[in-house]
Amino acid sequence: MSSGSISTPKPTQTAEDRFAVATQWQLTWWRFRKHKLAVASGIIVIAFYVIVVLADFLAYADPHATDSKRSHIPPQDIHFFDNGVFKPYVYGLTQKRDLRTFKLSYQPSLDRKVYLAFYTEGYSYNFLGLFPSNKHLVGLVDARPEDGIFILGTDLVGRDLWSRIMVATRISLTIGLAGVTVSLFLGILLGGMSAVYGGIVDTVIQRVIEILRSMPTIPLWMGLAAALPNSWSVIQVYFAITIIISFLGWTDLARVVRGKFLALRSEDFVTAAELAGASQYRIIFTHMLPSFLSHIIAATSLALPAMIISETSLSFLGLGLRPPAISWGILLQDAQNIETLALAPWLLTAAVPVILVILAFNFLGDGLRDAADPYG
Amino acid sequence: MPQTPMVDHPDHEAGRSPSATSPLLSVRGLKTYFKLDEGIVRAVDGVSFDLFAGRTLGIVGESGCGKSISARSILGIVDRPGKIEGGEIWLQQESEDSPAIDLLQLPHEGAEMRAIRGKEIALVFQEPMASFSHYYTIGNQIMEAILLHSTASDAAARARAIELLGMVGVPNPERRVDEYPFQLSGGLRQRVMMAMALACDPRILIADEPTTALDVTTQAQVLNLLQRIQKERGLSVILITHDMGVVAEMADDVVVMYLGRAVEKGPVDEIFHDPKHPYTQALLRSIPSIMAKPRTKLATIEGSIPHPFARPSGCPFHPRCPDAIKGLCDVTEPPTHALRPDRAVSCFLYGDAS
Amino acid sequence: MLAYIARRAVLAILTMAAISVFAFIIIQLPPGDFVDAYIANLSASGSSVSMEEAKSLRALYGLDQPIYVQYMKWMSRVLVGDFGESMEWHRPVAEVIGDRLWLTIVLSLSALLLTWGIALPIGIYSAVRQYSALDYLFTSISFIGLAVPNFLLALVIMYFSFVLFGANVGGLFSSEFDLAPWSVAKVWDLVKHLPLPAVILALAGTAQLIRIMRANLLDELRKPYVVTARAKGMPEARVIWKYPVRAALNPFASTIAYLFPYLVSGSIIISLVLSLPTVGPLLLKALIAQDMFLAGTIVLLLGVMTVIGTFISDLVLMWVDPRIRFQMD
Repeated sequence: MSSGSISTPKPTQTAEDRFAVATQWQLTWWRFRKHKLAVASGIIVIAFYVIVVLADFLAYADPHATDSKRSHIPPQDIHFFDNGVFKPYVYGLTQKRDLRTFKLSYQPSLDRKVYLAFYTEGYSYNFLGLFPSNKHLVGLVDARPEDGIFILGTDLVGRDLWSRIMVATRISLTIGLAGVTVSLFLGILLGGMSAVYGGIVDTVIQRVIEILRSMPTIPLWMGLAAALPNSWSVIQVYFAITIIISFLGWTDLARVVRGKFLALRSEDFVTAAELAGASQYRIIFTHMLPSFLSHIIAATSLALPAMIISETSLSFLGLGLRPPAISWGILLQDAQNIETLALAPWLLTAAVPVILVILAFNFLGDGLRDAADPYG
Repeated sequence: MPQTPMVDHPDHEAGRSPSATSPLLSVRGLKTYFKLDEGIVRAVDGVSFDLFAGRTLGIVGESGCGKSISARSILGIVDRPGKIEGGEIWLQQESEDSPAIDLLQLPHEGAEMRAIRGKEIALVFQEPMASFSHYYTIGNQIMEAILLHSTASDAAARARAIELLGMVGVPNPERRVDEYPFQLSGGLRQRVMMAMALACDPRILIADEPTTALDVTTQAQVLNLLQRIQKERGLSVILITHDMGVVAEMADDVVVMYLGRAVEKGPVDEIFHDPKHPYTQALLRSIPSIMAKPRTKLATIEGSIPHPFARPSGCPFHPRCPDAIKGLCDVTEPPTHALRPDRAVSCFLYGDAS
Repeated sequence: MLAYIARRAVLAILTMAAISVFAFIIIQLPPGDFVDAYIANLSASGSSVSMEEAKSLRALYGLDQPIYVQYMKWMSRVLVGDFGESMEWHRPVAEVIGDRLWLTIVLSLSALLLTWGIALPIGIYSAVRQYSALDYLFTSISFIGLAVPNFLLALVIMYFSFVLFGANVGGLFSSEFDLAPWSVAKVWDLVKHLPLPAVILALAGTAQLIRIMRANLLDELRKPYVVTARAKGMPEARVIWKYPVRAALNPFASTIAYLFPYLVSGSIIISLVLSLPTVGPLLLKALIAQDMFLAGTIVLLLGVMTVIGTFISDLVLMWVDPRIRFQMD
């Protein structure tokens, strides 16, 4: 048998060296890159957070503006080419009332094209609370007051669904992030204490975690959320809901932190640092933390979807955020009964971002978790 | 496949083979490959050896040289993605008149092959802790082997299990039979493992690093037990180990493996007193000896085992070989030279020139 | 073994105590006390309560005493089955809840059985035939199951059954049985209505369990004891069922512990969408109307129920795992 028949790829010595001297972060990144689905999910997540920042810019109609003449307008087609030239337009709508059922219906008037323009002026908003603006990604040119863009249609009181979803994304995703931040703080604090001190502290914290995990969450949340005074402002409710959903959410993170911490403490490099006389503080922060930071990031991205579902569920029940706040749950609340849904099925499109974000975070978290164990 | 000369086939000069009979088990050009995303790992790459009735064949080599995979290949239980890609494994049938059968021609999952596993050829593993399921009593797991290959009743199988446990030196077998593996010590577990392997009176016992996980005294006990059982039952044993000491004590014949190849074969005395292959020589030098002068450094083999995907061209040992011939060893694979019917080496230092 | 049971029992009791504290907090949370709400409620319906009456009511419920005394009084009444009076319904809380608690349990338990029934074979199949077409299919479905909150799934199914069949698939009983007393026919009617909500409720858990079962079994399949069994000459299918599946079942049994609270939670929210007569809609109404004894009792009972479920799962786990049986002594 000659060596020529060996088809095995031969990594060069330099490739092996590269692997051997790479930092933990490089290894994690290399492994993560191989998960195509996780990388794609990461991009989707980033895109959603771009929406969070640019929500008002991406919306084209005031999400709070009601208009009884625009009730339940179905999603409208956008035509991109006018006589072969890229010049997006929509048709103007004519309103008709069915004289037998008294229901309003809308028909596109094919003789009247209304052209779209980019980076136009629309309703005024405050960009991230920094400066006032009235710029929007799209708008209509030379439109009559009754014309409008209705990419995803409108709700019962004539608010534009697309614009509302944009603004809802901001609240739903930041509340998830805020919830995870609080959970992470509690998780690292209590999980860390549990691992560092051991003994009675560990026992108590572990029992508390077990108790919290065996409780049915939704009824508890409902009870707590229902007790928020009606007089509270949107901001107050927002923070209260954040605290309520992170109140039970920290337990998973605490378990991850404790488990990893204990596993690492018996590793040789930690023993070596101890023998070298490093302080407890130094060992934890310079030797151990970098090793399990990647695990914590993975656990966090897996915890986020649960937070988002919690907020969405509570708001859907009418016990979470309250109008005029707009979140995905609040949008879905409109689609709660079957009669409305039969009349305006497009209201369910508010479910699409929920599902997309949860999937993306799950895949991202899975990819990160696999990548966090670069030698595994 | 470019054929390597296989002049050591016992059929050629049967009269001079060690036991003067044909081998009980004859492995010819066995190839077991693992096809992974990163490439193909040739865990076993054209290995041949013979096991004669009543004798012990030691297979030695560093970890990763393919000795355990060879053992599993014989039983046809290589885990995915491993696959036997070529070779022959001839098993002499119970009655001397029947022709030998090639196990690789039998369907892996067929009844014939299953009847050979455990019944004709039994396996003892290196990890006695992980090799038992913790959800069944040891009695259950021993009886299972008996019930699979015979028509014995449950009660008879149980009685046999207790008898086997007593035979391998497990104290209180009547009580132990109902215990779970995690209730036993490591040494006891290895004895139970042995009892399980012997349950159906196999002709061949493959012991895969049977003592690696045990402490030294227990090792000695287990090896003694193995020797005793072999004598009592006329078992043929394939002993797989990385420990040259164990080989010296237990084996009659030796196969030295390196990176999926058998680099040297021969009777145990010759391998130890007149090693031919530079790898065998290096292995023997690295055994610590109480006869050595104090403060001399223990010899080690230069370099390390190459990465499985980056197997060296030519003779796989050439990057670590002190006697490598430039332009030859790193280009061409050495053929197997039969020095005598029972003695072979794959190295350019021998062959035509010698 | 006894030590294990004792430890689990103590933990269960502690959990129940913690839940009772939460329930009590929920009852106490709205501004003003129960008597204020009661008076407001009564005066809304036309009658009035004098200051003396209010005072005696406060004394009766111990509202003039420190909070922990109030808790103890409440608990001592709860322990004998007196959950107080629902303000909205003007009837004892126990009576208002009635069958709804049992229907919640029936729904959650059916979802649990369904979850196992589906996840177990699929998980085994996916692990044994890793990377096969069906494995990919099941994996994708289970990802969707994970990502779609069950109330959304309920909404979508409601919508499609309405559009396609013109039927409202909600409810647990046909209209003629809604208020009828229990009978064989009514039970049969329940059996016919149960599958849809149970499937909706089970989907997310099933998705999770398939992934757990697949991962566990893949781990177990690589363990040496599987090779041992094969080396004995056992047929492959028997090897897999007797050894690795048995080992992978163990963590499976322990999933009741977290799956059950999760299903109970889920049943609340899908009951609202599908208008099922469980405690879900009642809890929501009670919370919105600030009918706190009713709401607190529902939270308490749901909590206690899941704790009992968890405790049973611990016992099952002990039963199936010889290591716990023999090493905990």
